[in-house]
Amino acid sequence: MSDTHAQTVAFVRETEIPEAAPPYAATGPVKWMRENLFATPANALLTVVAAYAIYLILAPTLPWILNGVWTANSLAECREILQGATGACFAVLTERWPQLLFGFKYPSELYWRPSLAFVLLFVAVAPVLFFDLPRKLLIFTGLFPFIAYYLIWGGTIFVPILALVGCLGGYAVYQRFVTGSFAAGFFGGIAAALLIWYIGGLLIPDGASENAMLTPVPSRDLGGFMLNMMLGVTCVSLSIPIGIALALGRQSSMPLIKVVCVVFIEFIRGVPLITLLFVASVMLSYFFPPESTVDLFLRVVIMITMFSAAYIAEVIRGGLAALPKGQYEAADSLGLDYPQAMRLIILPQALKISIPGIVNVAVGLFKDTVLVSVISMFDLLGMIRGPILASTEWNGVYWELLGFASLLFFVVCYGISQYSQWLERRLATDHR
Amino acid sequence: MAEHATQMQISDEIAITISKMNKWYGTFHVLRDIDLTVNRGERIVICGPSGSGKSTLIRCINALEEHQQGSIEVDGTLLSSDLKNIDKIRSEVGMCFQHFNLFPHLTILENCTLAPIWVRKTPKKEAEETAMHFLEKVKIPDQALKYPGQLSGGQQQRVAIARSLCMRPRIMLFDEPTSALDPEMIKEVLDTMIELAEEGMTMLCVTHEMGFARQVANRVIFMDAGQIVEQNEPEAFFNNPQSPRTQLFLSQILGH
Repeated sequence: MSDTHAQTVAFVRETEIPEAAPPYAATGPVKWMRENLFATPANALLTVVAAYAIYLILAPTLPWILNGVWTANSLAECREILQGATGACFAVLTERWPQLLFGFKYPSELYWRPSLAFVLLFVAVAPVLFFDLPRKLLIFTGLFPFIAYYLIWGGTIFVPILALVGCLGGYAVYQRFVTGSFAAGFFGGIAAALLIWYIGGLLIPDGASENAMLTPVPSRDLGGFMLNMMLGVTCVSLSIPIGIALALGRQSSMPLIKVVCVVFIEFIRGVPLITLLFVASVMLSYFFPPESTVDLFLRVVIMITMFSAAYIAEVIRGGLAALPKGQYEAADSLGLDYPQAMRLIILPQALKISIPGIVNVAVGLFKDTVLVSVISMFDLLGMIRGPILASTEWNGVYWELLGFASLLFFVVCYGISQYSQWLERRLATDHR
Repeated sequence: MAEHATQMQISDEIAITISKMNKWYGTFHVLRDIDLTVNRGERIVICGPSGSGKSTLIRCINALEEHQQGSIEVDGTLLSSDLKNIDKIRSEVGMCFQHFNLFPHLTILENCTLAPIWVRKTPKKEAEETAMHFLEKVKIPDQALKYPGQLSGGQQQRVAIARSLCMRPRIMLFDEPTSALDPEMIKEVLDTMIELAEEGMTMLCVTHEMGFARQVANRVIFMDAGQIVEQNEPEAFFNNPQSPRTQLFLSQILGH
């Protein structure tokens, strides 16, 4: 074919030019550097300056980290080993490891209990976070609070069982009456749970805790990062449903409910968390009957939960306000009643919009749990500031300890943030 | 087709009775002394200038808007502030909106099965069969597993119609169902509505589609300033309007 062509046309190429490698500067790292680092003179200058800044930061810190001492019994010993060279004294982390994690009073032979609860936490949380997992796992999620309580505090098994029975009883009553009216179901359920707890509390024999299978550990012996985790997980998981209820209440057409919610949210948001924690540690005991001993941990949980619930309520209110009115009308026009419309149509969409905000509050709340160190609870920060830095062995090891605390919190918070971004992608169905 | 429409059965049974109904937004008197009786099988088109209260009127019928005076009775149930009655009426009355208002977080199929499952307590499988039946009827069964955001406006509106039909309503309300659509999509929605009318569904449509009114309606109602100004059979309404306001309105919308 090319032969015939060649007679009529002045020039016809008959063979393909072999593929040549691109010029050296157009591919690979050289191209990348040219495009991204040295595109313009100003760009090149910035690159050089940035490289110098990175050098300035790494020059002292890298040897400090790499040259770190991991086994020693005191700062003095660290210095002896280093003999004037630059180097971190990470030995404080290894030597005080259990204290950093569990506090200094939790019995060391019982460390397996909170550790087990920590592992089970992942099993319990998994079906909530990843809804592709079998729904039956949620049963374990429901049981987890009681298991974790039993593991961490120990004592008689009757307490968590009674708590569970109370919840189940309340739920059964709720189910029974909610078809009549929501209020009847809701308050009936709460009343039933309280009744069961009260009667059950009388039935548990005195001293049942003394010869229990798991040695009881009082709340004041909890500490370290464990305390931060416990407060963070408990308060976040409690404050989301309460926040939803407050947000819906604030939108309610019933004046009383609306006023109660607005006043609660505005009041709590207007008060610093530290103040609430002081109230929890000192003032709250004035409000309870003198002989009652409401646990300090519980009091702190109540305060932090109220605090974050108010914030989450406002975040969710934003999500609710972002929904077009048509969604409410469509739900109404199909005959869905208020709880159905909320649960099936409005909240799934409003919560999806609110995810970044809720995660923001959750991350902030988790970090704020270190504030309990101010009311002399020995959480991670409290352990560092108190028993560890105050000890003669480790007085002065600031960077290593606080760096470690930052790292721990960063890992958890970064994980939460990554999860939320995955969740947002996963839930994106609007194809805008 | 027009002859066909007139043959459609209208029974003597009364579906909706509205008497002496008044509504205010604050101090603004939106609906004034509305009296309207709709028989089963009637296809009524409501038209009028914007702000005349036509949407408000049909939104009062399923209590999306509250009326302050007079009475509305749907299928023998009196509309009052009693939530039970409202829910009962809403489950008998289907509604299509100008902006479709599909649920964007649910698939097309889930949009259609949601209300039957939760309100009618239909078993999931049966609800899905019904949903597929109606999706076939509006000619989009193959989109069932997509999300509303992936569909065109016309398709979304047809899904919205199917979603209402899944509740097996006895009355359908259409609130400007084609106003938010591109011209080439209007026809597919109107065709669906015509088909529905031919099956004898009681319909109240707020629309500016006068061709649809001529073809399907057995009665056209003209509203202005919150009142029913004129109502008549489509032929008489379009060819021989009585009130000067109707004449002006018709000359404006039919003139171009």
